[in-house]
Amino acid sequence: MLRFIVRRLLQAIPTLFILSLLVFAWFRALPGGPASAMLGERATPQRIAELNEQMGLNDPIPLQYVNFLGRMLTGDFGTSTITGDSVLTEIGRHFPATIELAFAALFLAVAFGIPFGYLAARYRGSLFDTGIVVSTLVGVAVPVFFLGFLLKYVFSTQLSLLPPSGRQDVDIDATSVTGFATLDGLLTGEFDATINALQHLALPAIALATIPFAVIVRITRASVLDVLNEDFVRTAESKGLTAQVVRTRHVLRNALLPVATTIGLQTGLLLAGAVLTEKVFVWRGLGFLLAQGIEQRDYPRLQALILLAAVVYVVVNLLVDISYAIIDPRVRVS
Amino acid sequence: MLQHRATRLKKAALIGLASALALSVAACASERGQGGEGQVRGGTLTFGSAGDPKMFDATFATDGETFRPVRQMFDTLITYKQGSADLAPALATKWEPVDDGKGWKFTLREGVKFHDGTDFNADAVCFNFDRWYNMKGAAAQSQMIYYADVFGGFKNNTSEDFGEPLYAGCEKDGDYTVTIKLKRPSGAFPAAFGLTSLSIGSPTAMKKYNADEVKQSGEAFTYSEYATEHPTGTGPFKLESYDKSNGTVTMVRNEDYWGEKAYLDKLIFKTIPEEQARKDELRAGTIDGYDLPSPADYETLEKEGHQVMVRPVFNILYLGINQKNNPKLRDLKVREALEMAINKEQLAKTRLPKGAIPRDQFVPKDLPGYTEDVVKREYNPDEAKKVLNGLKVKFHIPTEVTRPYMPDPKTIAKSIISDLKAVGVEVQEVSKPWNGGYLDDVNVNGVHDLHLLGWTGDYGDAGNFIGTFFGRKKAEFGFTNDKIFDALAKADREPDPDKRGELYEQAAVEISKYVPAIPLTSSPPAIVVSKDVQGLVPSPLTDERFVTVSKKQSD
Amino acid sequence: MQVLLDRKKRRIDKLAAAGEGGTSLAKDALKRMMRNPVAVVGLVIVALFVLLAAFAPWLTPKDPYKPYPELLENLTVTHIPGSMPGFVLGSDADGFDFFSRLLIASQQTLIVAVLATLFGLLLGLIIGGLAGALGGWVDSVLMRLVDVLLSLPALILAVSIAALFARSNQWTVIIAVGMVSVPVFARLLRGAMLAQRESDHVLAATALGVKRSTIVFRHMLPNALGPVIVQATLTLATAILEAASLSYLGLGDQDTFRAEWGLMLAQAQRVFEVKPSLAFFPAGAIIIVALGFTLLGESMREALDPKNRR
Repeated sequence: MLRFIVRRLLQAIPTLFILSLLVFAWFRALPGGPASAMLGERATPQRIAELNEQMGLNDPIPLQYVNFLGRMLTGDFGTSTITGDSVLTEIGRHFPATIELAFAALFLAVAFGIPFGYLAARYRGSLFDTGIVVSTLVGVAVPVFFLGFLLKYVFSTQLSLLPPSGRQDVDIDATSVTGFATLDGLLTGEFDATINALQHLALPAIALATIPFAVIVRITRASVLDVLNEDFVRTAESKGLTAQVVRTRHVLRNALLPVATTIGLQTGLLLAGAVLTEKVFVWRGLGFLLAQGIEQRDYPRLQALILLAAVVYVVVNLLVDISYAIIDPRVRVS
Repeated sequence: MLQHRATRLKKAALIGLASALALSVAACASERGQGGEGQVRGGTLTFGSAGDPKMFDATFATDGETFRPVRQMFDTLITYKQGSADLAPALATKWEPVDDGKGWKFTLREGVKFHDGTDFNADAVCFNFDRWYNMKGAAAQSQMIYYADVFGGFKNNTSEDFGEPLYAGCEKDGDYTVTIKLKRPSGAFPAAFGLTSLSIGSPTAMKKYNADEVKQSGEAFTYSEYATEHPTGTGPFKLESYDKSNGTVTMVRNEDYWGEKAYLDKLIFKTIPEEQARKDELRAGTIDGYDLPSPADYETLEKEGHQVMVRPVFNILYLGINQKNNPKLRDLKVREALEMAINKEQLAKTRLPKGAIPRDQFVPKDLPGYTEDVVKREYNPDEAKKVLNGLKVKFHIPTEVTRPYMPDPKTIAKSIISDLKAVGVEVQEVSKPWNGGYLDDVNVNGVHDLHLLGWTGDYGDAGNFIGTFFGRKKAEFGFTNDKIFDALAKADREPDPDKRGELYEQAAVEISKYVPAIPLTSSPPAIVVSKDVQGLVPSPLTDERFVTVSKKQSD
Repeated sequence: MQVLLDRKKRRIDKLAAAGEGGTSLAKDALKRMMRNPVAVVGLVIVALFVLLAAFAPWLTPKDPYKPYPELLENLTVTHIPGSMPGFVLGSDADGFDFFSRLLIASQQTLIVAVLATLFGLLLGLIIGGLAGALGGWVDSVLMRLVDVLLSLPALILAVSIAALFARSNQWTVIIAVGMVSVPVFARLLRGAMLAQRESDHVLAATALGVKRSTIVFRHMLPNALGPVIVQATLTLATAILEAASLSYLGLGDQDTFRAEWGLMLAQAQRVFEVKPSLAFFPAGAIIIVALGFTLLGESMREALDPKNRR
């Protein structure tokens, strides 16, 4: 087991190395060079020269890369031009919001995706199955930002059922402990704060959940269909096991393995996929930071967030692999 | 007012703030604020801002979202009457010029205390003025746009952009009389003493929290603890907290305020960067108001019972012409034809809020320097086509920005391009984010032929408009016309207000003959609050004070 | 090699392997596909869309690039004229004929999607082809690079490419959206070529001493065609959606007069309450077309899947 984990960790290193090279190249390729990109409207040739010197942009490229790597490893991503705070501070400040949203979306996607997928497979070819398959296809074809916009318009503007944006009403005056608005209320006993936070969470979570929901439904459906055709299920049936037992003991358990993988991988995607949803709902998480960074061309911030998105994805991938190896020992051997 | 380049650049990005002369348009608005009958004490008001404030030290503030909270916490020596640009006493009860305008003597209000308990007196005033003059470091000085604009420069200038400092010292006479001495008279005073950037802060707090510390890395500025956590003024509200993860600035009533105390217990500014979302939150009742609603929403919001308050017009939108790169644009006939090609009337009607007006000159009406004698060119596409057919131009358009004079640059540009195309002009568009290349292209590098820009006045002075635009050779317009330059410089030097106005009128006529840029429209920016909000007075300078505001308790 | 690759990669590899077996099997697949109603629906949508895009300039009742005085007359910031004689869907926010713009937009939408896909395909072909044909360290290095690009979420990759350009126009959108599919195509083509390296006819050709480049171009690439077409069809759907997302984030085509559904949708939200149809029509068009490409692509994939060759 340990050998597998070590091997997998070692495999991740070249990936991360190339990733850092790409981000470094990206930053160097910015229009007008990094210095003028960072100086923006105050760019005079003199200031650019000064900043080039200050940022070590006159050093040989390999040395620059080493310095860049050193900074990244120590968490020095530079200073955001929008807030004047260090980018690391900003990320620390806003990531709980994204985690909260991503997990809420994932929860919805899993809680509804697996049952729907399973039922669609069981009643394959039925009207229900067709309906599910079609609606997941349509769901993926709707631009996320428009879906979010519509949800907001219907449930907030028209029906006044849910708040339109933000994470919590300001007059709730909640105590912040962990930075997770929903958790903090439970920890401090301010249940109204939690309820308020959940109301705010509902619409963005639904909007963000559509794509993982569709993916999970389809994977569940497909793998349940696969398993239903497998020999051991047929054997179990022929041995006279009740349908109920076959279903829960054999079909679901075996079908869920690929689903579990998908869920893990969707988590990695959700963190980044939140950009559009967070912009629509003014949800002050990492996606919000990214969207704002794009608008105002805050390059230090963009650099850090792009790197972060990729690293998160690689790490989640790694964790999925490792946990999969724990569940299914066959993986380790190969 | 001749401004150096960096200043002009920066200020183009600002919502204006100060002015000197009476604007008659503001009269009706100010009546509303005086009353106070039926206003209830207590409650919390949440106002939606478009962006996060950078910090709370007025000295370094450069944008409207930073000025708004600062104005509630600080006072200036002189202020503006609510809803107008008339001067009114604030921390100084009386002021008068001394030594032929080479000094201003203030009688200070007694019994005023800063939020930290420090006494407000002549020493405190001198401390502030000395602090500004002695400010060290390029980073700090570069952020003091307004100070540098009014006072010319610092004791030790760190940049060629600054000139000779005007400040000659602060002299106190007892605890409550103080004279600010100047090297030479300047027309900017006394009005400029009301600039939010010249707010008076507590010397104790500034010393304790290293107020002068400003660091720069790249384009990013980092401020002191004083500016970020402990801004200490004399204003009606005190800072309670700034929650950066939720983007909320919370202020509480200053119970020891020297004037009429605020009605509200709490005032919260909540950042909601999306226009659409601000509107949604107002409707949901989670905020009580926001600034600059989209003109498309005025009617809907009013129908729903919200109060859309339209500010008096004090801005100008223009189509800039850069003569440097395109030789055709150096031809006066072509520039004149361009003006005739644009349907300003329709632009105002289809693209700008109700109350927007087409303009034939840059100086706002009611300001000395405005004149009916300017050369007027009516919309005449047929005439224009004769000259312009086949002309090729590069048109720079800003994106990701909303300004009081230009709610949606993209759609405004669309109208203008349609007009130009109709007379046979071939337009090459260059759209760039406002803060991501546009200002750079237009103001520094001058790589454009035509561009869209505007201005909100921060002085009730024609020089603040035409002097800023056309006072000297600039990358933005790329022309040299000594006739215009000299006329403007002469007006700027004239101390007598009446003569000054006349000289600016002459300059305005000169400008209209030359067409260095095309004045398009002026449009009133609005501020919207829910029906429960009382006592808010819209200001032509976008200088709204929440001290007079109250909120009806709904439960 | 670990059994478990991430899903993205596995999907691509599976599809790549499906190309094995050559063109005759592809014909079978086509026959199977045409019996599938889902595929037919997808095909009809796509065909209609392509026809519309091709003939849009002749179908528009009015000039889509010019405001009309009749529409401007009643246009204010708070009112956009609806349907009126001569203007089926009334005005857009700028006094243009909305219906004509909607029609002509199909063209630009298709152009952006197709060029972006071609860009991805071409670059992917070069990378994947080099890796597959040369093998060895070239293969290792290129595939690592491809894996890293695959590990970036699509939108983040598109955004970071788009942000590299000083200003956005249709080409930056095409490159940014196209870049997203580069690693997909690269992996696909390499996989398809590797799958055939061991196949009989390639082995035979090698034994006969045919030049390597000839083998690659005569035998390996043509057989990769099936998977490539499937992937390209699916990519067209995502390209349309990604271009729309870029528009929403302010990284879209900035040409003021360009009509493209994603752009129209992103812009229409500002005036949603004045005239909601300005958003609904382009949104509907995007959904239908993206659905069409997805249905077609997915059913082609299914048809190619060896499991279904029974």
